[in-house]
Amino acid sequence: MECVFGLVGDGFALIAADTSAVHSILVHKSNEDKVMILDSHKLLGASGEGGDRVQFTEYIQKNVHLYQFRNGIPLTTAATANFTRGELAIALRKNPYFVSILLAGYDKDIGPSLYYIDYIATLHKIEKGAFGYGSYFSLSMMDRHYRSGMSLEEAIDLVDKCIMEIRSRLVVAPPNFVIKIVDKDGAREYGWRESIKDAGVAAA
Amino acid sequence: MSIFEYNGSALVAMVGKNCFAIASDRRLGVQLQTIATDFQRIFKIHDKLYVGLSGLATDAQTLYQRLAFRHKLYQLREERDMKPETFASLVSALLYEKRFGPYFCQPVIAGLGDDNVPFICTMDCLGAKELAKDFVVSGTASESLYGACESMYKPNMEPEELFETISQALLSSVDRDCLSGWGGHVLVVTPTEVQERTLKGRMD
Repeated sequence: MECVFGLVGDGFALIAADTSAVHSILVHKSNEDKVMILDSHKLLGASGEGGDRVQFTEYIQKNVHLYQFRNGIPLTTAATANFTRGELAIALRKNPYFVSILLAGYDKDIGPSLYYIDYIATLHKIEKGAFGYGSYFSLSMMDRHYRSGMSLEEAIDLVDKCIMEIRSRLVVAPPNFVIKIVDKDGAREYGWRESIKDAGVAAA
Repeated sequence: MSIFEYNGSALVAMVGKNCFAIASDRRLGVQLQTIATDFQRIFKIHDKLYVGLSGLATDAQTLYQRLAFRHKLYQLREERDMKPETFASLVSALLYEKRFGPYFCQPVIAGLGDDNVPFICTMDCLGAKELAKDFVVSGTASESLYGACESMYKPNMEPEELFETISQALLSSVDRDCLSGWGGHVLVVTPTEVQERTLKGRMD
């Protein structure tokens, strides 16, 4: 099942997500990127219904870009979080998006921040958070090992611990994970944790 | 599980001698899982008027945004703050507007009216007002809160004693409710000052 989790460290925030695209019992692909880079300094990790996830996150991404084009300055992470929550809240009583989101961002004067937005548009600023069945394991691991202001090495070590816990204890554990970080130098992919590599498509 | 019990909440407001106190728990949960332990349920409308919103967190956030908006417009037009009685009627009207698709919230309104006479009231999710002279409660721990307040409350308490009473009532009640707790947040408002305090209770 889907696992997305994230945490805030010393001058950075990171989001890790599984990379399986699943339909009932069938795994369509194992390298689906569920952590979108919204703009230079924001990450959006989403979990939920497939179509909703892609549509909604792309919609948010395009609107974030539009704001920057119109106004010449990027949205702050807090503003993006509130905008995202607003869109989910408006849609909630019309045709809801079943997408839960972790929004990580870095602002120059505020530093790193992480926002939890669940699919019914509950917004909360957090230091560590997780969605999906994996959250039962990753939240507990983070409760035990997380402390404020961790270095990148310590945080990645914690992420690896969480992934190991998910792999060993979740019955339908996803095999592969992607980790992305955002800090003052921007949002970027940090690495993958793969235990199954997708075979390439043979040339016709 | 009822939609009102999805996030878990506990709210109480009490009247003292020319003052009032309003208190809430701090847990934000998703059914059995705790997401955060610093969630804010009590919002300031103006210096002498506070509203606490229990129930579904997303609706509490949406409703607070609408109420803050309406109060700001009122302030611009009337060039003064809203009286608590007026605000209670506004909340009631906003809730009843959604009679056949309600906000899943039970507000607790507490304020100092003209001549600094304390005013408290609560209402259900459809806006049925309940005025009280002593205390009002709301949330998943409401039944325990009724019992605790009924036994601990005395009329005309000074602010310090009121703070002690409301804190004890809140903490003992949320200890009997698994969906609320993780500390408390208490505001004691007198005509001259506002004291905001965080309580540490059983963290479970």
